[in-house]
Amino acid sequence: MQLEKIKTIDFLEDHLINMSNMKEENIALSSTLNNSEESTPKFKEVTHESRESLEKILSDVAESNTNSEVTHEKSDSKETIDGKYATINFGPTHPATHGIFQNILKVDGEKIISSEQTVGYIHRAFEKLAERRPYNQITPITDRLNYCSSPINNMGWHMTVEKLIGVEIPKRVQYMRVIIMELARIADHLICNSVIGVDTGALTSFFYPFSEREKIYELYEEVCGARLTTNIGRIGGFERDFTPTFHEKLKNFLRTFPKAFEEFNSMLERNRIFMDRTKGAGPISAERALNYSFTGPNLRAAGVDYDVRVMQPYSSYEDFDFIIPVGVNGDTYDRFMVRQEEVRQSIKIIEQAYKNLPQGDYKADLPEFYLPPKEDVYNNMEALIYHFKIVMGETEIPAGEVYHSVEGGNGELGFYLISDGGRTPYRLQFRRPCFIYYQAYPEMITGMTISDAVLTLSSMNVIAGELDA
Amino acid sequence: MILTLTKLEKMNNDIILSRIQEHFSSDVISSEVNFDILTLEISASKSYEIIEFLKNDEILDCSFLTLLGGVHYPEDLNREFAIVYHLHSWRKDFRLRLKVFVPAENPSVRSIVKIYNGANWMERETFDFFGIIFEGHPNLKRILNMDDMDYFPMRKEYALEDATREDKDDRFFGRSSN
Repeated sequence: MQLEKIKTIDFLEDHLINMSNMKEENIALSSTLNNSEESTPKFKEVTHESRESLEKILSDVAESNTNSEVTHEKSDSKETIDGKYATINFGPTHPATHGIFQNILKVDGEKIISSEQTVGYIHRAFEKLAERRPYNQITPITDRLNYCSSPINNMGWHMTVEKLIGVEIPKRVQYMRVIIMELARIADHLICNSVIGVDTGALTSFFYPFSEREKIYELYEEVCGARLTTNIGRIGGFERDFTPTFHEKLKNFLRTFPKAFEEFNSMLERNRIFMDRTKGAGPISAERALNYSFTGPNLRAAGVDYDVRVMQPYSSYEDFDFIIPVGVNGDTYDRFMVRQEEVRQSIKIIEQAYKNLPQGDYKADLPEFYLPPKEDVYNNMEALIYHFKIVMGETEIPAGEVYHSVEGGNGELGFYLISDGGRTPYRLQFRRPCFIYYQAYPEMITGMTISDAVLTLSSMNVIAGELDA
Repeated sequence: MILTLTKLEKMNNDIILSRIQEHFSSDVISSEVNFDILTLEISASKSYEIIEFLKNDEILDCSFLTLLGGVHYPEDLNREFAIVYHLHSWRKDFRLRLKVFVPAENPSVRSIVKIYNGANWMERETFDFFGIIFEGHPNLKRILNMDDMDYFPMRKEYALEDATREDKDDRFFGRSSN
């Protein structure tokens, strides 16, 4: 009986530490203590000694919060848990992680003291696989990196190979690519932002944009026949021109989407509950973000206007007029707002590209790489030879090293390709933005509550497929 | 804080090279231009100092580490492993590729985590797949593979598929088999 009582008071003390942590007011603490003593007079008295130890824990916690960087370093080593803190597993299969990541959180009540990540649960050895595949067979691998916006990955890979071959791509193909890539960006941002809604408790904002996202997937289907892992386009262009149905559906999408999007936006943007939950959750400063090699919306939310589309334009992005939105605090709300504005800018780009879509061919003159149409294969000797060579992977490619990057859904997606003239790459390395910025996650959530950690994770748009390659 | 990236001047490759050679004349072993990126081979003993200089130098200002990774060249004696750094200077708008070659007996190079925190996981990944040791790394352990794995899978001696298969011989891939 006695033991139990002591346990209870220990628990109470822990609770008080949390409270004082949050309010940092000793007055509140002492008044609560007095109250508890009055209501339960049997409990042992809070002595000076116990108070001292309490103070010590408080100062320790405060110290660990200020030196969050140091805590992160420490958290990597295996520490024994001393009973004061609880250890919980956030992941690997947890509905709030939206993917397979394990985070071992050391918590004091609701407050995160330190955390350690384990990644690699769905590692599929893409870089090794790519060393055994001809160039056109690597496109399906890129689908499975960031599967929320696979067309961007496909196009990035096509452009890397085209850069190595040194082929001129027709203006029409470049504009068609821009349209597809911006559609993919919208789909990616819609998923991310609607999931932030789910994690704040608003399920409507998750279902509503999905009907709009479905329209984007239907557009992919019109171009390539697939929806999620698209394998869209080819080295040198597209497999076919935009069909009349595509034109119709795109026009329809451009007419109806902005309205629906603003409706979705009004659900969250100035929503008092949403703002209170997301403002100040998981912030990162511009300097730290740069040091961690952040790119994409997460970096722009911290206030740095770096965008590959503007810095090193590819696929004729220099022809379009659009702005790069930036945030100020780099917190969850800023990341949400940056993505929302980017969706509007993407619509603007698609409208410009579609309006000025040049006439011309939907593919480059690249017979060594571009698979000829079936009719030609049956009726034309040259096409048959090229068809055979492409399918057997016997195409000539120059030796060389090339790095090409595109602005993916969540940052700078890069391809570092080393070719030795063989039929497969000698080495292919993907710059996967998720992998690089996810390492800042412990620093961002230290001192936050568990619910903020969930929000931070979803607003960083970490995609397991890209993270683990 | 809002940083604005204004393109001051397009840096010439000669200016970049001469600026580095001013300070590290004997440590830049070779240089070439691969497509649009200047590639420098630097000595392993001074790689840390050169990268630190590149980050802090006002003229070059390579404030951003884009990519870090390894490459295995099993046939190059005493320079079997390459560690490739891609740096990016946003203010001066140029990319720079640095290569450090290390021998297979002692594949180690100094860690640059202190200069760029983002290098932490990229170095762990390179260690995981190539077995390259980064001296001074705070937590050098495997990241994507299992902890008890006893080989480094991206090395060329580990074939992706069953080595007894004859239909996918390296000769058919445009290379002589090892």
